[in-house]
Amino acid sequence: MRPIEHFPLFARILHWLMAAMILVMLFIGIIMVSTVEPAYHRLIDLHRPLGICILLLAVVRLVNRLLMRIPPLPETLPPALRLAARTSHIVLYALMIAMPLVGWGMLSAEAYPVVMWSDFALPPILPHDPTLFAILRGLHTWLALTLFGAVLVHLAAALMHGLLLRDDVLPSMTGGRRHRAVDDPAS
Amino acid sequence: MMALIRQRLAERGGWLRLAATCAVPGLLALAFVLAAGWLTPGRLTSGTFMRTFQMVDGPHPGFRRNHAKGICVTGWFDGSGEAAQLSRAALFTRERSPVVGRFALAGGMPFQDDTPEKVRSLALRIMPTHSGEWRMGLNNIPVFPVRNAADFNDFLLASRPDPQTHRPDVARITAFVARHPETQRALALLKARKLTSGFANDTYNSLDSFTFVNARGTSIPVRWAMIPEQQAFPAAAQGAGRDYLFDDLIDVLARMPLRWHLVVTVGGAGDVTADPTVPWPAGRRQVDAGTLTLVRAESEDGGPCKGITYDPLILPGGIAPSDDPIPAARSVVYARSFVLRSGEPETTSAISRAAIRSGDQ
Ligand code: HEM
Ligand code: HEM
Ligand code: HEM
Repeated sequence: MRPIEHFPLFARILHWLMAAMILVMLFIGIIMVSTVEPAYHRLIDLHRPLGICILLLAVVRLVNRLLMRIPPLPETLPPALRLAARTSHIVLYALMIAMPLVGWGMLSAEAYPVVMWSDFALPPILPHDPTLFAILRGLHTWLALTLFGAVLVHLAAALMHGLLLRDDVLPSMTGGRRHRAVDDPAS
Repeated sequence: MMALIRQRLAERGGWLRLAATCAVPGLLALAFVLAAGWLTPGRLTSGTFMRTFQMVDGPHPGFRRNHAKGICVTGWFDGSGEAAQLSRAALFTRERSPVVGRFALAGGMPFQDDTPEKVRSLALRIMPTHSGEWRMGLNNIPVFPVRNAADFNDFLLASRPDPQTHRPDVARITAFVARHPETQRALALLKARKLTSGFANDTYNSLDSFTFVNARGTSIPVRWAMIPEQQAFPAAAQGAGRDYLFDDLIDVLARMPLRWHLVVTVGGAGDVTADPTVPWPAGRRQVDAGTLTLVRAESEDGGPCKGITYDPLILPGGIAPSDDPIPAARSVVYARSFVLRSGEPETTSAISRAAIRSGDQ
């Protein structure tokens, strides 16, 4: 039986760190726009810099991904599911880069300062344009909902591999070992 | 693959594992739906305020949901240097910052008639060249009628016009005020205020409390006002024409610049910051932080104040919110109003470009 091939440690750290950050961001976002309490101010002050952090990490992660060798999916997986797995990863990458860019862009088009902390703001990346702002603001919401949906499907798929099928997919990302009672299904 | 799934389900605890596989994403989705408030439609959000303004003032696409009738002004702010010991914001040093402002009447009706007692406002965007900008919205009343966002929503609903008579229902307002002694006290102060003849010689107040933080990190509670250099004349019973307040402002700005002093009041021990219905006692320390000079009036149509919102939480370093709950509510609600009107078709405002040109002559 061949040993499990893990994702490299750096990729695993990035994956779990960013998974936590992105989930936190989605919740911060949806909570802040549905309150009029002072929490709104604290949450949005956290939302902007955390979102920009995700953008920076996503770029590092994308480069790292293009350079690294990734563990193969189990041979038992039908081609349709392989394609689904690949596509969903591309969608996740696209959204974790697009979300913060749209956030930054919409604040630019809105002529809002893109404040990171009290005295430091990022420069605008788009011209001041209220019509464009209205479009981007809507896009930020819809992309966020799409991202959340994609994360749910991804999570369900990971648990399906990890809990039900008990193949090598989940341990390849957790760094864990194969379930002892289970034989390599490919053999 | 299907065979493998069937085999796994047949193993001990197989169905339990399938249940867990579905339950974890399901619970996460449920948490998201709860956090978003989609199952609690009664929660007070910026959307509630949009519905309230529409109910009170009717639909006016393309216009601000409140303070809808207004005009853009431009000029600059000269810091006096005197507030620099209170706040490290660069615009308080002896520096000149460009300003885009907006005079308006409170209320969501973009074509309402000007009358002396309607609440007038001055909104400002002060943009120092090399550091953070400051946006504010000030009103010509001494205190705000309510304590928090929820009360403001109820107050607006209580004062909405009756569909039959088109006038506010006195019984509804009386009932609200009876439940809110703080509103009763505030409305008495509003009523007692001196009405001036126009926008140019009026005083505009922050109402909300904020915090100044200086270079040493010391925080103090503040409120502030724009005090006119122009001499205050009492208001005439009723001006000439439905836009007389705006027409007068356009006329005077065509002839001369207008000046206000930004006077900062420092809160003393025991002064409430969390409640904008309560005035601070007279005799508090006041600092003249600088002079606002306005030189030009422009219609909102294509004007520089149309495509922005005066979100009161756009603050430079050195100015921070206090425990006053209203500014955060204003911030989220102004953002909502701004995105809605930005997505709606272009409008022609009551004070059109033509009105301003005739004033210039
Ligand atoms: C916000 C949340 C998440 C995002 C954006 C995300 C994104 C990704 C991406 C882009 C990959 C492809 C590998 C890479 O390039 O890094 C991946 C792989 C993986 N993720 Fe996630 N993930 C998230 C949460 C989770 C969670 C909560 C789990 C598990 C419980 C999980 C389990 C896995 C596994 C097992 C793989 C390996 C798949 C394979 O072998 O191809 N992920 N994830
Ligand atoms: C991974 C990154 C991000 C995620 C997942 C995310 C998620 C969200 C969500 C879920 C909302 C609420 C949308 C709604 O229901 O209307 C939101 C709103 C918002 N986000 Fe983001 N966001 C991200 C990055 C950013 C960045 C980088 C910025 C700015 C620099 C930003 C600025 C905003 C603003 C200004 C709002 C609207 C606040 C309001 O209208 O009151 N976001 N975001
Ligand atoms: C919870 C309380 C409040 C709510 C919900 C509220 C709501 C609004 C809304 C929706 C706008 C239009 C924003 C836009 O589309 O750009 C507005 C404008 C304005 N508000 Fe408030 N407001 C509140 C409290 C206050 C207070 C306490 C002041 C006090 C000084 C104030 C002063 C102004 C001014 C001056 C404007 C006009 C800004 C301009 O000319 O663009 N508001 N308000």
